[in-house]
Amino acid sequence: MKKRSIVPYGPQHPVLPEPIHLDLVIEDEKIVEAIPSIGFIHRGLESLTQKRDFNQMVYVAERVCGICSFGHGFGYCEAVEDIMDVEVPDRAKYLRTIWFELSRMHSHFLWLGLLADGFGFENLFYQCWRIREKILDVLELTTGGRVIFSVNKIGGVMKDITPEMAGAVLDMIHSVKKELDRIVPTFMEDYSVVSRLKGVGVLTKQQAHDLGCAGPFARASGIKTDMRKLGYAAYGDLDFDIITSDDGDSYARCYVRINEIYQSINIIRQAVEKLPEGELAAAVKGNPKGESFVRIEQPRGEAIYYVSGNGSPHLDRMRVRTPTFANLAGLCETLKGADYADVGLLILTIDPCISCTER
Amino acid sequence: MAVMKFIPEALKNLFKPPVTTSYPFEPAEYPERSRGHIGIDIDDCIGCGMCVRACPLGALKVDKNAGTWEIDRFDCVVCGYCAEKCPKKCLHVIPGYQTPEGEKASALYKKSEEALRLEAEKKAEAARKAAEAKAAMEAKKKAEEAAKTEA
Ligand code: SF4
Ligand code: SF4
Repeated sequence: MKKRSIVPYGPQHPVLPEPIHLDLVIEDEKIVEAIPSIGFIHRGLESLTQKRDFNQMVYVAERVCGICSFGHGFGYCEAVEDIMDVEVPDRAKYLRTIWFELSRMHSHFLWLGLLADGFGFENLFYQCWRIREKILDVLELTTGGRVIFSVNKIGGVMKDITPEMAGAVLDMIHSVKKELDRIVPTFMEDYSVVSRLKGVGVLTKQQAHDLGCAGPFARASGIKTDMRKLGYAAYGDLDFDIITSDDGDSYARCYVRINEIYQSINIIRQAVEKLPEGELAAAVKGNPKGESFVRIEQPRGEAIYYVSGNGSPHLDRMRVRTPTFANLAGLCETLKGADYADVGLLILTIDPCISCTER
Repeated sequence: MAVMKFIPEALKNLFKPPVTTSYPFEPAEYPERSRGHIGIDIDDCIGCGMCVRACPLGALKVDKNAGTWEIDRFDCVVCGYCAEKCPKKCLHVIPGYQTPEGEKASALYKKSEEALRLEAEKKAEAARKAAEAKAAMEAKKKAEEAAKTEA
């Protein structure tokens, strides 16, 4: 047997955007096993239900994570609305869809940038983040926040998108699409980029299925899963396909996410065109009593919200299962047999969000 | 070669101005809805304490008698929930972030003398009216009792 050593990796590491720790068992330069440990930034947000009422919890849920902030607030609201039988007005549903897709876009651009940074292409990294800035500007224009929007409330939304703002959204996605077109060939065709991605960290469809992977990570392994197809918010009325790839390698993950940006652009365009008139929020009376289980598609994959209330303003329980948590098992599998030099990149390819995972 | 397509893109950047604002040398521009900080029209505040109960962070303090409203800006995350809950709509989310401070201190807003005086007058007026009503009630009662004994 060759000599094995254990290399601690993270939680602080130059290429890691997130505080995850891995013990890497290596033989020469090859990873034999990766043992993750998480819990560095646990904040106990879920137990705050004991101290904050269910309306205040919207703001707590939103702050589970910065990048998927909108989705967390939204998923929590959906769950409480489900318990309280609140029918959200159509306009609010469409507005939520638009904001959700905008945040998916900025999340994917962030990821593309980090990926470029991961394989050492600084210029590409900055290009991605420069484009992302336009999305953030529009988000700030429409909601008042760049990453944390605070527009959701139980029963609907708090702010409207005026026709001028809708125009700004459309202009923005038009120009973002043009700019994206210009950088996509670099990700998809450039020789050195492709050599860092193709065939690296393969996860087969069977493995992805067995390990319960979620989101773009699972879709890149050929699993057709997308919670948006459940038709929550306005997704039921909008036309889109699930993007998958059969390769299961890092290249496929990049491919899936790039195409999801195009898909989001498409969805936003449809939603803005169809945006119905009407109320922004339904009236909510009383306190939640009962339980609910909601599944939504976050930029990183399927997230689950479980809420249970006892008829008092304070919920019994709020629980979030985040996509990164589901993908960690898949990550450890992809790391097996990988080169030590690819570890940072491979961790990035699941688009980890440890803040969400540890809540 | 895809990189050949990228090189002109990259080179173009050499001749473009920076995409970011060089704050603080240029002023930062915020959209109207930007959630920068919470402002208060203190003279309209009735000291009801709704905002204090609403704030998920516990960043607010209100003293009705002293006419003060206090915010710990280091705790406030500018979620805007207090502004939504305020019955007098005297709290506003306004653009412009808080400036850094060397020390953690909360900002105290006190009602102007004028507003306090008006309020005191109102209170006195209300108290006077209440006293008058009470006196009238008592007089009536007495009269009734007197009528009873007479009968
Ligand atoms: S904006 Fe939010 S955090 Fe700030 S004082 Fe108001 S309720 Fe509290
Ligand atoms: S909710 Fe409004 S009126 Fe009541 S104490 Fe707060 S600021 Fe004053």
